[in-house]
Amino acid sequence: MPSIQQHDSNAVVIIGSGAGGGTLAHELTRRGIKVVLLEAGARQSLASFSQVPGEAFAQLTWLEPRTQSGTTTVAEDYPTLPSWTAKTVGGTTVHWTGMALRAQPWEVRARTTYGAVDGASLIDWPVEYEELLRYYQMAEKRMVVTRRNGNPGLPASNHFKVFHYGAKRLGYKQVHTGYMAINSRPTDGRGLCIQQGFCVQGCKTGAKWSTLYTEIPRAEATGNLDLRAECRAVRIEHGADGRATGVVYRDPAGIEQRQKARVVCVACNAVETTRLLLLSESARYPNGLANSSDQVGRNFCHHTGCFVWGVFDKPIEFWRGTTLAGVVLDETRHDPKRGFAGGYHLEMAALDLPSIALAGLPQTLWGRELGFVMDHYRSMAGIYVNGEDLPRSTNRITLNPALRDPFGLPVANIHVDDHPNNDAMRRHGQQQGKLMFEAAGAIKVVMSRQTPATHNMCAARMSRDPKDGVVNAHGQAHDVANLFVSDGSAMSTPSSANPTLTIVALALRQADYIERQLGTRAI
Amino acid sequence: MKPNATMDRREFLGATGLLTGVLAAGSPLALFVPSRAWALDLKTLTSGEGATLLAVARTIAPHDKLDDAPYALVVQALDSSASTDAAALALLRNGVSGLGAGFVTASETERVAALKSVETTPFFKSVRATTLMTLYASPLVYAYFGYEGEAFSKGGYLLRGFNDLRWLPEVPLVDSGPVFGAGSG
Repeated sequence: MPSIQQHDSNAVVIIGSGAGGGTLAHELTRRGIKVVLLEAGARQSLASFSQVPGEAFAQLTWLEPRTQSGTTTVAEDYPTLPSWTAKTVGGTTVHWTGMALRAQPWEVRARTTYGAVDGASLIDWPVEYEELLRYYQMAEKRMVVTRRNGNPGLPASNHFKVFHYGAKRLGYKQVHTGYMAINSRPTDGRGLCIQQGFCVQGCKTGAKWSTLYTEIPRAEATGNLDLRAECRAVRIEHGADGRATGVVYRDPAGIEQRQKARVVCVACNAVETTRLLLLSESARYPNGLANSSDQVGRNFCHHTGCFVWGVFDKPIEFWRGTTLAGVVLDETRHDPKRGFAGGYHLEMAALDLPSIALAGLPQTLWGRELGFVMDHYRSMAGIYVNGEDLPRSTNRITLNPALRDPFGLPVANIHVDDHPNNDAMRRHGQQQGKLMFEAAGAIKVVMSRQTPATHNMCAARMSRDPKDGVVNAHGQAHDVANLFVSDGSAMSTPSSANPTLTIVALALRQADYIERQLGTRAI
Repeated sequence: MKPNATMDRREFLGATGLLTGVLAAGSPLALFVPSRAWALDLKTLTSGEGATLLAVARTIAPHDKLDDAPYALVVQALDSSASTDAAALALLRNGVSGLGAGFVTASETERVAALKSVETTPFFKSVRATTLMTLYASPLVYAYFGYEGEAFSKGGYLLRGFNDLRWLPEVPLVDSGPVFGAGSG
């Protein structure tokens, strides 16, 4: 039985239990605020995480259909899986790689720094970097990030030796095993990383920070959390005054339920956050909730995510060790001389045996070339190019009425036409990765195209001017005072950082704001 | 996959297919199966279709020293989807028939040319995806590729060689970190 009554209109309802929703739930409940946390996925545990890659993927991933359109190669290469998001308690913090990077000061002033770029809808963040930095530091303490607060770095794996050697030969200065929310020594009641790989299948030792076994159980221990797993929000309702009044959801049996709310926070990863806002259309909000600006779903960003694979003639065994513990920071700078605005991270990346063939290598690869590369699986090294993509108002998540989910609701369509800036950055990043591997002695280098993104961002972005975005500097909807966006959708621009740390920092900041707003009865 | 005791019944029934093979002597796969001879019942596809699809899988992901057995798992997966999905069956059946009866015995150059001409079709994309998904996910092939699979049950690699590469210099501690539990912490 739920511990919070469904007619209790005093509860904060958070939809989604990942980096944003899970963190926010803990922050509010520890301050005595009652929270109902709705999560579409099931609750796994360290014991139940599968170590069979395909099984783990099915266990943790949002597998319901979505569609993709636009000139992006993802539409052609991954028509049935345009985005790789989680559906499980803990959300993408269960499958993330633990790379906890900060956005850079100039990145949160992207419009000012990059200027007016043709075909892009850049804005500056409505948050000062100094303030964001304070919350980054809080997030890093909470998540126990390596190389911060005196936490040692993770040790160098075989794979990192190759990555580091190539990067240094190329002249890079800032190359290390990353700012990782993965324990390099036992901390915070969690063990240390045993270098087993399988980070994205759910970390079976709990060395990697995830809301599943940090924020959520701590929120439960306050007695103020009512977590409802396998409960799918399908609509946010509002009253005559336009304010949100509750959330309609399907319970694990598929039966429609209704939870009243004083405040509603949406944290479903940008694709489903957008979809839920659009599905919540009404006579008062005919374009969907919080969408009088027509900005919900627009400006969608997903990073220039693509791989470079180096094939060597000596063994590396890159599956041994932390999946992504290696980064080059030198290319994060904004340097228009390279031919594009913004910057990128080069991140060391390994994939398990089926995944590398299925999702890591180019989708056009087969025959003897595929055979040659796979025959060298033991001797491979990988780089993921994680770069800032530019927002475009036409890159947009919408509802696709032609395809329906099991509840009869239209699925999300993700439309992306890559900005030429993204193509230029991707080419530059992959070329640098290739040079790194060649400097380390690679006998062959293979490059992928854009891969399905987990880094889905900016589709309900923070803006100073309500006509430029969906929410204000605290993630509060411009249109609906008691509605918040609490995931990567709220980021004004994507920066070149993997988004989890930023999402957690913004959730911590939002919790302070919600507490103050509740205290003054502003909401 | 199972020992080929069902062959007689299948030959008697005749309607659907059967793939058979014998593992090469000394194949590491022999550890996983009770007999070197193997047979795979096909629920929907014919033996001819199965043989063609096996040849397609071998052409898409060629590993000369790998036995037919793991490739037969690809055919099994395709057969299984064809058994529950009429559209998938039609896709496979038309695709296979388009390749022609000679595909199985054609030279690799000819097989590659034939597949190249259908490279952008749903048939090819579907068989390619199933080939990669099935072949490389099978523990039968882990030993061939040197892949070690899950390591949690063995305590990970922290003390079992995650940093045993010696053909490049060691990374300075400032860019790395201490190995806790190995006496250097």
